[in-house]
Amino acid sequence: MLVLGFESSCDETGVALYDTEQGLLAHALHSQIAMHAAYGGVVPELASRDHIRRALPLTQQVLTHASKTLQEIDGIAYTQGPGLAGALLVGTSIAQSLAFALQVPSVGVHHLEGHLLAPLLEENRPAFPFVALLVSGGHSQLMRVDGIGQYALLGDTLDDAAGEAFDKTAKLLGLGYPGGPTLSKLADLGQARFQLPRPMLNSPDLNFSFSGLKTAVLTLVNKQPQLDDQTVRDIAFEFQESVTEILTLKCMKALKQTKLKRLVVSGGVGANTRLRQRLNEAAAKRGAQVSYPRLEFCTDNGAMIAFAGAMRLNAMQTQTETSTQAYSFSVRPRWDLAELKAPA
Amino acid sequence: MKLLALDTSTEFLSLAVQTDHGLFTCHEATGPAASQRILPEIERLLTEAVVALKDLDGIVYGMGPGAFTGVRVSVGVAQGLAFGAGLPVVGVSSLLAVAQMAWQETQAEKIVVCLDARMGEVYHAAFIKQAAGWLEVSAPVVCKPFEVPRLEGGDWLAAGSGWAVFADVLAAQYPAQVTRIYADMMPQAAAMLTLALPQFASGQTQAAHEAAPLYVRNRVALTAAERAQGQTL
Repeated sequence: MLVLGFESSCDETGVALYDTEQGLLAHALHSQIAMHAAYGGVVPELASRDHIRRALPLTQQVLTHASKTLQEIDGIAYTQGPGLAGALLVGTSIAQSLAFALQVPSVGVHHLEGHLLAPLLEENRPAFPFVALLVSGGHSQLMRVDGIGQYALLGDTLDDAAGEAFDKTAKLLGLGYPGGPTLSKLADLGQARFQLPRPMLNSPDLNFSFSGLKTAVLTLVNKQPQLDDQTVRDIAFEFQESVTEILTLKCMKALKQTKLKRLVVSGGVGANTRLRQRLNEAAAKRGAQVSYPRLEFCTDNGAMIAFAGAMRLNAMQTQTETSTQAYSFSVRPRWDLAELKAPA
Repeated sequence: MKLLALDTSTEFLSLAVQTDHGLFTCHEATGPAASQRILPEIERLLTEAVVALKDLDGIVYGMGPGAFTGVRVSVGVAQGLAFGAGLPVVGVSSLLAVAQMAWQETQAEKIVVCLDARMGEVYHAAFIKQAAGWLEVSAPVVCKPFEVPRLEGGDWLAAGSGWAVFADVLAAQYPAQVTRIYADMMPQAAAMLTLALPQFASGQTQAAHEAAPLYVRNRVALTAAERAQGQTL
């Protein structure tokens, strides 16, 4: 089954072709990060304006790259939520209309399900069940995954997401927007010199809290007579040590609690080298395996949507014929992952 | 010529299908529910007109100006349908559509259109009907109702929702120039379809991916530098 997937929930337009027999055939992405940088954050209206310019050229690009025609497509997947309403609506309008024109079934995919399942795009795919750590600019969650659509929340952030903490701390250090990845790079050049707290490290649950850490950085920054390059690197170093220590410890706790031996990491922060190093070391000690998506699929992309959509469409194949009403569309800017069900 | 026209730039879901057998239309105040209704309604109209999407000669889309999100639903649906069915597209402005409707109803040849642009502003344009088609004598702009562009001469017919929302201010801008006001005219897909016919006949069409909104209001956010300078939108 050949599935075309669209992602347009925030500031990246992603399109991909996934085949349930042959795997990922092609994917293309346009990032708007440079466009929004001048505004100091994502401007929703500008994001939507860009998505509608990019979606079809990217679609043509993946079709050409995979040497496929539109007529060979068996189904269409698109991110229906959560995300920016206007941005979601662009991908949804195009995807649903294309499905209507081709008379193929379509499915609205939960963006986080896309991220959760992204490691399954790799050749060495982890088997269910596993523990998933989803860490991005919008989320820091630990989940037990027993199959497609079978997700049990184990822990969540009580305030900022880990990626958000990276970006906000970067802003405090004058690293611009979005500064998270820059902060990580500087951290690798820093040394152990400062001490930052490890919020909720020893709490009995699997929840996180990162906003206090950001405040501690602010206090530390204000105490410095001068914020020279080395001081910035050393603060970045300690901040990264704190976040990665907390994430690692909670992941191990989750493995222990669930008695599972597989951990899957996804989301933008999953690209962090120090986090990967710590998780690999800690997991090895427990005899557990850690899987990550390739770096480019840690952040938003069309491939994960095409994949998650393909899993759902494939399972739905035996169900009822496509009805006219199936092409009615709407977006779900707020959509709780817990509402998802396994495909019948 | 067999065409489908669609517009969701206003609170109306407006559709039209033309075949050799006639014109089939849908014009309904749906508000934001337009996205839920548009594809099922298109399917219904095509069935009624006994024509398959792929057998059409093209798709006409309302390009705006209008509600940004609504305009993008028009354009997105036009892109998806045209790309999937391999059809050419033509975009028609909501302002010109109103002029066309005013002319069809009154035969008046000089039309000044103002649509409510929210935020205390109007989308404004003026057109004169000539034998060869419409001449745009005042290009689409977004502005305060007391800053609308000047017009030459008299005997103008005013049309569009802007004339309801800002009736007095707008009338004061064109003393003695505007003779009649049709404020309840909203752009309709059927008028867009008529306006696009010459472009399809002469092959002046776009490919699906070229379908694009006409926002007119282009400054929608301030950069960090502009905010630091104390600029406002």
